[in-house]
Amino acid sequence: MKKERFTLIFSPESYSKPITYHLVKLFDLRINILRAEVTPGEEGHLLMELEGEDENILQALQFLRDEQIKAIPANKQIAVDKNACIHCGACTAVCFSGAMVMNRDTWQTQFTPEACIVCGLCIQACPLRIISISFGSDLDA
Amino acid sequence: MSKKTYEEINEKIKRGSAVVLTAEEVIAMVEEQGVKKTAKKVDVVTTATFGPMCSSGAFINFGHSDPPIRMAKVWLNDVAAYGGIAAVDAYIGATECSEDCEEYGGAHVIEDLAAGKDIKLKAISYGTDCYPRKTIECMINKNSVNECILFNPRNAYQNYAAATNSTNKALYTYMGMLLPNFGNVTYSTAGQLSPLLNDPYLRTIGVGTRIFLGGAQGYVAWNGTQHNPSNARNENGIPVGGAATLSLIGNLKEMSSEYLKAAVYTKYGVSLFVGIGVPIPLLDEEMVNFVSVRDRDITTTLYDYGVPERSRPVIRTVNYAELKSGVIEVNGKQVRTAPLSSLYKARNIAETLKDWIAKGEFLIQEPAGPLPTQTTVKALEIKELD
Repeated sequence: MKKERFTLIFSPESYSKPITYHLVKLFDLRINILRAEVTPGEEGHLLMELEGEDENILQALQFLRDEQIKAIPANKQIAVDKNACIHCGACTAVCFSGAMVMNRDTWQTQFTPEACIVCGLCIQACPLRIISISFGSDLDA
Repeated sequence: MSKKTYEEINEKIKRGSAVVLTAEEVIAMVEEQGVKKTAKKVDVVTTATFGPMCSSGAFINFGHSDPPIRMAKVWLNDVAAYGGIAAVDAYIGATECSEDCEEYGGAHVIEDLAAGKDIKLKAISYGTDCYPRKTIECMINKNSVNECILFNPRNAYQNYAAATNSTNKALYTYMGMLLPNFGNVTYSTAGQLSPLLNDPYLRTIGVGTRIFLGGAQGYVAWNGTQHNPSNARNENGIPVGGAATLSLIGNLKEMSSEYLKAAVYTKYGVSLFVGIGVPIPLLDEEMVNFVSVRDRDITTTLYDYGVPERSRPVIRTVNYAELKSGVIEVNGKQVRTAPLSSLYKARNIAETLKDWIAKGEFLIQEPAGPLPTQTTVKALEIKELD
């Protein structure tokens, strides 16, 4: 048995399916939903903990891939090179989870790692290319 | 009525007694003390912007090698520069992409030059009797070349449209990533701090105006391309979309990479953040009225970038106080807004310019000539080939 966290990213077409039901029913997994953001017609994000046999978790991940759902291991985290940031705000345009926000007094962007679901949109949105995904063990630091 | 001349203001700057405020600070003063007192007390207001400005580039004269070469095609760090000017002059445009990497372009070369980094120069030629060399590859930097002149054909747009996306797919644009189904709104302005919004009829900004450009002193060279001062204005006299523009020039050798930052917009291309500060002399009460403009007085048009045509559908008119609040209403739905231009850096530039003027290091310059105030912008109509 092992326990792992994943961020599931749903396309507008895929999230009408009862994914959690299938994960429980087909792969005998215990599921703990930690954070969810699903709006009809838009990309949806789900941070969840999967607990079950190694083989079942692997099969579940393959099932998600087949369903066109991205599953990003949550041991990944977003890293921002704060010293290089010019605070343009482009990252805040795409951040659903509210991890990247603009402070409207100082007009500096602020990153709250605890709110981040590692969807990766900010990486593409940052024009200075100073946001990256890292594989840290210090996720909660 | 209080009136001042450029000479009188410069005398005060030289004596160290000029009163300088930023365009944000002066708003509070006008609200508290009124236009008359502000016109009497304040000499100069500093404005600034730090946004992505694609129409930017630099002229470089490399000096002559031995044997010399008439450079016909030129690359800087594998980014093509225009070599069709004399033997060893070239122009590197900000939006030109590297032949190897779409995430590196002319803007990066310009930022690297400003930072003093070495750049690989490659040039080829057909060889002439007077310029026999046919190829050259060597390292250059801003100190090794003769001239390195930032010359931006179109900067500091007076106002700019805001963008959103009605389609069900994410769009990758120069206005950033536009999320599907009106998922966000992006805009690019310094608003009430922005240079041309504080002098909406271009009374004090003209050819030869001395400015802050990329961390050094530069100048307004001409009106910018696509200069469109005839665009419609709102009830406050502010153009409601892209209107006047500036063509700017300055010595890149004196500039800093702090104020020239290369930008990459995914699936669009490369651009350059340019730091610009323009001092506005408070010659009279009319100028005080202009510089006291507030975000809520400045409106722009929100367009649907989901329609890939020149004339995109207008979604609504919106003012910058609304856009800067973080949320606006679009078709009855609350939609998140985000800036693309850095107000944080613009404030830093306005403060720096204020400091230069207060210390007597920067004198204001009366324009040598006015910018056009009546011209319009033309579209490219597709005329059949002969």
